[in-house]
Amino acid sequence: MQLDEFFVTGEPLIYGGMVSIALVTIAILFILTYFKKWGWLWREWLTTVDHKKIGVMYILSALAMLFRGGVDAMMMRVQLAFPNMNFLNAQHYDEIFTTHGTVMIIFMAMPFLIGLMNIIVPLQIGARDFAFPYLNALSFWSFLFGAMLFNISFVIGGSPDAGWTSYTPLAGAAMSPGPGQNFYLMGLQLSGIGTLATGINLMVTILKMRAPKMKMFQMPIFTWSTLITSFIIVFAFPILTVALALMTLDRIFGAQFFTLTGEGMPMMWANLFWMWGHPEVYIVILPAFGIFSEVICTFARKQLFGYKAMVWAIILIAGLSFLVWVHHFFTMGAGAFVNSVFSISTMLIAVPTGVKIFNWLGTLYKSKIKNTVAMMWALAFIPSFVIGGVTGVMLGMASADYQFHNTYFLVAHFHYVLIAGTVFACFSGLVFWYPKMFGHKLNERIGKWSFWFFVIGFHVCFFPQYFVGLDGMPRRVFTIIPEWMPLNIISTIGAFGMGAGFAIFVFCILYSYRYSEREKSGDSWGDGRTLEWATPTPVPFYNFATLPEIDSQDAYVKLKEEGRTTFEEDKLEPIHMPNNTGQPIIMMGFLFFASFGLVFEWMWMAIAFLIAGLIMMVVRSFDYDEGYHVEVDEIKRIERSARGL
Amino acid sequence: MTDHNKRIPTQHVIGFALSIALTLLAAWTALGSNLSTMWIISSIMILAVIQAGIQLFMFMHVVESDSHNGHVPWNMMFHGAVLAAILVAGSLFVMSFGFTHDHDGENHEQHEQQDSGDHSDMDMEGDGEHEGH
Ligand code: HEM
Ligand SMILES: [Cu+2]
Repeated sequence: MQLDEFFVTGEPLIYGGMVSIALVTIAILFILTYFKKWGWLWREWLTTVDHKKIGVMYILSALAMLFRGGVDAMMMRVQLAFPNMNFLNAQHYDEIFTTHGTVMIIFMAMPFLIGLMNIIVPLQIGARDFAFPYLNALSFWSFLFGAMLFNISFVIGGSPDAGWTSYTPLAGAAMSPGPGQNFYLMGLQLSGIGTLATGINLMVTILKMRAPKMKMFQMPIFTWSTLITSFIIVFAFPILTVALALMTLDRIFGAQFFTLTGEGMPMMWANLFWMWGHPEVYIVILPAFGIFSEVICTFARKQLFGYKAMVWAIILIAGLSFLVWVHHFFTMGAGAFVNSVFSISTMLIAVPTGVKIFNWLGTLYKSKIKNTVAMMWALAFIPSFVIGGVTGVMLGMASADYQFHNTYFLVAHFHYVLIAGTVFACFSGLVFWYPKMFGHKLNERIGKWSFWFFVIGFHVCFFPQYFVGLDGMPRRVFTIIPEWMPLNIISTIGAFGMGAGFAIFVFCILYSYRYSEREKSGDSWGDGRTLEWATPTPVPFYNFATLPEIDSQDAYVKLKEEGRTTFEEDKLEPIHMPNNTGQPIIMMGFLFFASFGLVFEWMWMAIAFLIAGLIMMVVRSFDYDEGYHVEVDEIKRIERSARGL
Repeated sequence: MTDHNKRIPTQHVIGFALSIALTLLAAWTALGSNLSTMWIISSIMILAVIQAGIQLFMFMHVVESDSHNGHVPWNMMFHGAVLAAILVAGSLFVMSFGFTHDHDGENHEQHEQQDSGDHSDMDMEGDGEHEGH
């Protein structure tokens, strides 16, 4: 392979990308070296097993991915507003919508939510870390390396271009030769390891490590939604793993699972993909529901209305989410009976979702609302998400879907649920828990600006797409007919509004880092209801000096009433904590290179690094690191200074 | 918690070696042996069941006693089985139209996937272009 086949050549935009990647890398290396930060980076971050730090790294990576996916989106919108300018050609456009979709779902939405879960869930249930801290670090590095593998495709080897759904036969070796599609397969496979491990980890953490006496039905609702999401992950991700592996065998080793030749069944890919894919959309929406519930009851200053109904609704949604997958390919030809069955199951799933909407409205009803930025995101979510849900039900009617399928109507639907649901929740949750994570609040005034730009931009961008879809504009086209122009231009304007909102948000982070007042109490908003607010800020690395006994919902409300804290000096005991370790990043680094080898079908490289990865696993198997104990005196010192005693 | 003082986890090492051996045996049965297709399929199925047993007993704590969350391994296995049933039955149900691939269009009954061994005609009709239906 020549060097000019290895690097992508001939596109000015991509040369620009290469130059900026090189510059940013050099700048980072320079800063780290100049300020002698390498040791600090390794000790404090790269080898950490602390769930709070891992969560922060997840969120930072997710924000970077939001930026990358966002730039893709802007480029598509520019192309569609000025289709005659030849900003993007057909091939480049295909690559961009593929990477946009994949990055946003797999490398932005999930890691963002998993980051928030990492930080908040152990704090909400009174745990000192995850059940398996080492595994948690492993999960993070698997995600990050998977994401990096996928992201370098646009400068090295060429991006995948068969859509985030990668339908075969298009995505097969016959019609998509070259490394592009392999990047998709290996990037998702690598990061999938981490997602699955996180699912297991969170499940065990929540089931086994709750504060003394905390019952399941006393857990905060975000923890509940995380638990159920973990179940969906554990059950759905293996399907993706297998499907990806089968397609890898097809593409790299000449198997014929999804090919047109040799008894392959190309449609089986669509079937398997959506058996994972539909649960996946619930993986990214259920935690969002949890976040909104926490934010809404905190700032409505009321107990959640219908807590039990809420929990059962989540469980029901999770169960049903495995029974609706066919609604993504009604038009594939399965016939009226099959379609009717899945049409009905799809409409059923809207029922528990509706129940949840009424729970939130019931919580807000007659409450004294505190209008913070976090709350504004949550309030904007309710009506916007309803639009997304209602159009989802329209899409769920199989016969009508023959009209809507793969038009901009569909595009509008899933952006209404994914942005108004997941993305609003990420912003809301980040703003809400920011003081817990970083010791200071985000500036509310700038936050409101970013909110309004983003929300208005969002509606301006996506509402017209319902209509241009009904006018027949198909998704995934790089050029349009004149009738669709006006609405497309409006969409593009909205997209830039959202871009501005995101830019303001980033500015807000930088501004607040410099100017915001540092938090003095652990209960930053003054209205905290759940256990995370009972810890001092910044949270000590062991989280809780003593574990309170829990006997009610909204545990911290009760603690506050009784004047108790999580620092009861007479009950202190040494705390057992895990040691940092460099193994996870090294192991996943090896697997990264193994995957890279497979992408280019360089078997010597894949095999060598796979063996290296296996050796790391053996090393881990015989590793008897028992961790260490934090002594009582040290706990006392840390808590006294954190609580200003 | 398992016994932390024991330096060599004998049971895990045996289990690991056994599962590797079984995997190699299965690979050899499929690729290297001269058995007939029927025999190959049945013997790798049997090997798979043994393999699953080893995993469950040596690694996955099926013999562990109940905790206050019920018996977790059995619980998870039950849900796993339900999901597997949805996967297999659902795919057969949904994809049944894709398994039918006769050109004459008369014989549109459903074939199990195994049968298609003797139908070497999984052809263009199976790929979704069902204009005529
Ligand atoms: C009220 C509940 C919902 C219903 C009834 C529903 C229904 C549907 C249907 C029928 C389709 C396929 C339409 C077509 O391809 O023609 C679809 C697509 C989609 N939905 Fe939903 N949906 C709901 C909620 C959600 C949620 C909560 C999310 C994610 C947060 C979501 C994400 C998506 C995505 C990403 C697609 C398109 C995938 C693609 O083709 O690339 N939906 N929805
Ligand atoms: Cu769906």
